[in-house]
Amino acid sequence: MPGAGPFAGSRSFISKLRDGDEIARLITFLFAASVVLVTVLLVYELWMESALPRHKFGLHFLITKVWDPNLDQFGALPFIYGTLVTAAVSLLLAVPLGIGAAIFLAELAPAQISDILEFFIDLLAAVPSVIYGLLGVFIVIPLMREYIQPALKKSLGFLPFFQGPPYGVCFLTAGIVLAIMVIPYIISVSREVLLSVPRDQREAALALGATRWESTWKVVVPFARTGIMGSIFLALARALGETMAVTMVIGNTPTISASLFSPGYSIAAVIANEFTEATGDVYLQSLIELGLVLFLLTFILNGLARLLIVATSQRGSGLGQA
Amino acid sequence: MKRIAGLLVAMLLLAGAGLVLADNPLTINGAGASFPYPIYSKWFDDYHKKNPNIQINYQSIGSGGGIKQVTEGTVDFGASDGPMNDDQLKAFRDKHGFDILHFPTVLGADVPAYNIPGVSAELTFTPDAIAGIFLGKITKWNDPAIAGANKGVTLPGNDIVVVHRSDGSGTTYIWTDYLSKVSDEWKNKVGKGTSVNWPVGLGGKGNEGVAGLVKQTPNAFGYVELIYAIQNNMPYGKVKNSSGNIVKADLASVTAAAAAAKDMPADFRVSITNAPGKNAYPISSFTWLLIPEKFSDAAKRDAIKGFISWMLVDGQNEVEALSYAKLPKEVVAKEKQALAKVQ
Amino acid sequence: MNDRLRWRKFVSNFMLTMTGICAVVAVSVLFFILGYLVYHGGTSISWNFFTKLPAPVGEPGGGMANAIVGSAKLLLLAALIGVPIGFMGAIYLAEFSGSSIAFVVRYAADLLNGVPSIVIGIFAYSLAVLPFKHFSTIAGGLALGVMMIPITLRSTEEFLRAVPRALREGAMALGASKSRTIATVIVPAAYRGILTAILLAFARVAGETAPLLFTAFGSRFWSPGWNQPTASLPVMIFTYAIAPYEDWHRQAWAAGLVLLGLILVINILARAILARGIAVPRS
Repeated sequence: MPGAGPFAGSRSFISKLRDGDEIARLITFLFAASVVLVTVLLVYELWMESALPRHKFGLHFLITKVWDPNLDQFGALPFIYGTLVTAAVSLLLAVPLGIGAAIFLAELAPAQISDILEFFIDLLAAVPSVIYGLLGVFIVIPLMREYIQPALKKSLGFLPFFQGPPYGVCFLTAGIVLAIMVIPYIISVSREVLLSVPRDQREAALALGATRWESTWKVVVPFARTGIMGSIFLALARALGETMAVTMVIGNTPTISASLFSPGYSIAAVIANEFTEATGDVYLQSLIELGLVLFLLTFILNGLARLLIVATSQRGSGLGQA
Repeated sequence: MKRIAGLLVAMLLLAGAGLVLADNPLTINGAGASFPYPIYSKWFDDYHKKNPNIQINYQSIGSGGGIKQVTEGTVDFGASDGPMNDDQLKAFRDKHGFDILHFPTVLGADVPAYNIPGVSAELTFTPDAIAGIFLGKITKWNDPAIAGANKGVTLPGNDIVVVHRSDGSGTTYIWTDYLSKVSDEWKNKVGKGTSVNWPVGLGGKGNEGVAGLVKQTPNAFGYVELIYAIQNNMPYGKVKNSSGNIVKADLASVTAAAAAAKDMPADFRVSITNAPGKNAYPISSFTWLLIPEKFSDAAKRDAIKGFISWMLVDGQNEVEALSYAKLPKEVVAKEKQALAKVQ
Repeated sequence: MNDRLRWRKFVSNFMLTMTGICAVVAVSVLFFILGYLVYHGGTSISWNFFTKLPAPVGEPGGGMANAIVGSAKLLLLAALIGVPIGFMGAIYLAEFSGSSIAFVVRYAADLLNGVPSIVIGIFAYSLAVLPFKHFSTIAGGLALGVMMIPITLRSTEEFLRAVPRALREGAMALGASKSRTIATVIVPAAYRGILTAILLAFARVAGETAPLLFTAFGSRFWSPGWNQPTASLPVMIFTYAIAPYEDWHRQAWAAGLVLLGLILVINILARAILARGIAVPRS
């Protein structure tokens, strides 16, 4: 077989080189290797360029609340908190809406309408984040400040989540804008997975007397749960790393507060705001260390997602996984 | 289809090549303070019209950014309204082997801008009131500390929304320098700097960001450079100065504050906040261009020196239209001499 | 029994209506975004916008001509980096590699894909800005190119794999070497999918702002050549949107419309190409 390996067979190396296959293999291998190289280099740079604060603060960096460039004291906690809270809020809003919409598109809507709507939802996924930021600044923030926050305060103000004055810029606004951004991912992936569930599953349930909803919710969705969970992880990864839309609506204040009305900060937003002006090596490297933390966060989440997918598909959600 | 694609690529490459090979204007990159950005953008635009083959590209990223990037060497010059401190000067010297020089360009003022629903009157702020608000101790607009200085104005009982800078800022330096002089509590608790640990408030990016936030947020109170408040029709308050007079920021009061800086040090680094003088506006400041002492590129050096010479004469005639005050004559004379140091 | 059945039917209808509402909400958000952008952007677009340079602060009448050209240059560079690596790498994965190397490469690509764009900006800054001591179009193009790599790689690999075995074996049976087969049979068979992959990667990075903040930096003028900072549409939108000037806001809307229009056109084009089917039906 041609190209079975550089040392197989008795042909000399030179004659193998003349054979176009070996060159092609070598060249394409170099390109593929460069992908790995770039990734390794990236992690290496992040690690090396954050050496100073890692030595100075150690793991305390992750639990320190203070971020004071004047005193050279840096802690990641407010930013980790903000990143996680906004991602959580966005998922709380996007997941039910997204799965609901996906169910509708996959199970109920006639095929043509489903395809047309899916086309538009895919377009929503392509909208750049700075435009979401633009809409966030001019539409969502005033809406929040004038109507939504006061309404929430009146009805649910006793909860610790809805305390404090309505600035408009806050965790909740960031979460809402993020939710709009990630919904398309949840919808399109979930819809695809739901559509690929074999028809006999549904029909069996209906034949046994289940209502339309029961067959969907109790049979089809569980069958597709791996894919649906995959879409949620995809959405989560996007929400964690989002920079522009968040920095335009979150208030840019490193605060830890139970209230969603409080302005806050996220890792990506603080790096974007302070990177070009971080005087002093510890300051700059602390920002890079924040980048490292964010990278690790998404890395761990992706790993968990894969594990989850492997685990649930092994436990078997039936035959013929899509 | 393939031919169209091929044509497109060819056109793009040609355009790119054209842009490379064409008679290149000399591009000089600078970055820093947003405090003087309105006048700088006008100056650089006018200078380019007069010298079409010189482009001075200035990005308003905040004074902290200006200091940082010029020290790194990623821009040719910086700009800041908080003069570089000794540590920063040393860092530059260590990195490059020569010094960096400060050249004052204009005089401006930080004003307390506010957005109180129903209140269009011009308010007066005492130093204690401003410090108290920014320390988070005065939280409502109708607090006696504010109302006391504004008898005759009905202030609502709404919560004050403090707005400050989220980026490293010379405007912040001026503001906190002033507060450190008038409030011991501020001096000990927060201190002065381009970036401080704010006790309260929302962060906006650049003077533009703070102005935008104050304009859009009811009950907001923030500090911006004078021209930003004027250009955006934002109400801003008068401040009680060290002589006890209530002064509004304008050309006369800022110039009066600069007059107090009679002894301008040789390196031009001076603070004129809380200046003595009946009519001095207490939150005034110079703003500086940060120019390295040596340039490896002679063309760039000559262009920058040419610009500064122009700025000291013709440029100064444009500043008052944008509510910045001209440099005092003695300062201009000293700068012309100092320009010779740039090699 | 009947009551219980009626209840279950009611729940069924209710929940299904709810899902309908979810879908309506999701889609109407999109239409609202598009409509708002078209309205505000459309009323602000002018000839000035496309032809003039930015005006000094506070003065009306400027445009974003330099940002449009800047974005085009950045995307060209990004494609020059991202497309060859993604394409050739995909060929290696689909045609030549063993499973362990393929696993490593795919894992690296997925990892790279998951890196937040701001972190890619940090990477490009330390690689292409610091050592050369200035911001540049090249640095910005590098950042965007690195982001394009995983997208082009994975999608191209999928489409190459989808080419039926029969085609490959036919070519080999006729005596073609592997490289010849790839060049003349497999790639042309998958070309629609590959083109789609490239277009979608393009659309993805065209709107990226964060990685450009400290690589391409920004400029108020034309950026000569490739070694100077340059304006770009996304960064201009960001700068103008958070500023207090009405004129800048209008320009931000116009830029948003142009950017979104460009991205949507690319997306629709990509889908249209794919919808016409791949060259050979899948087996």
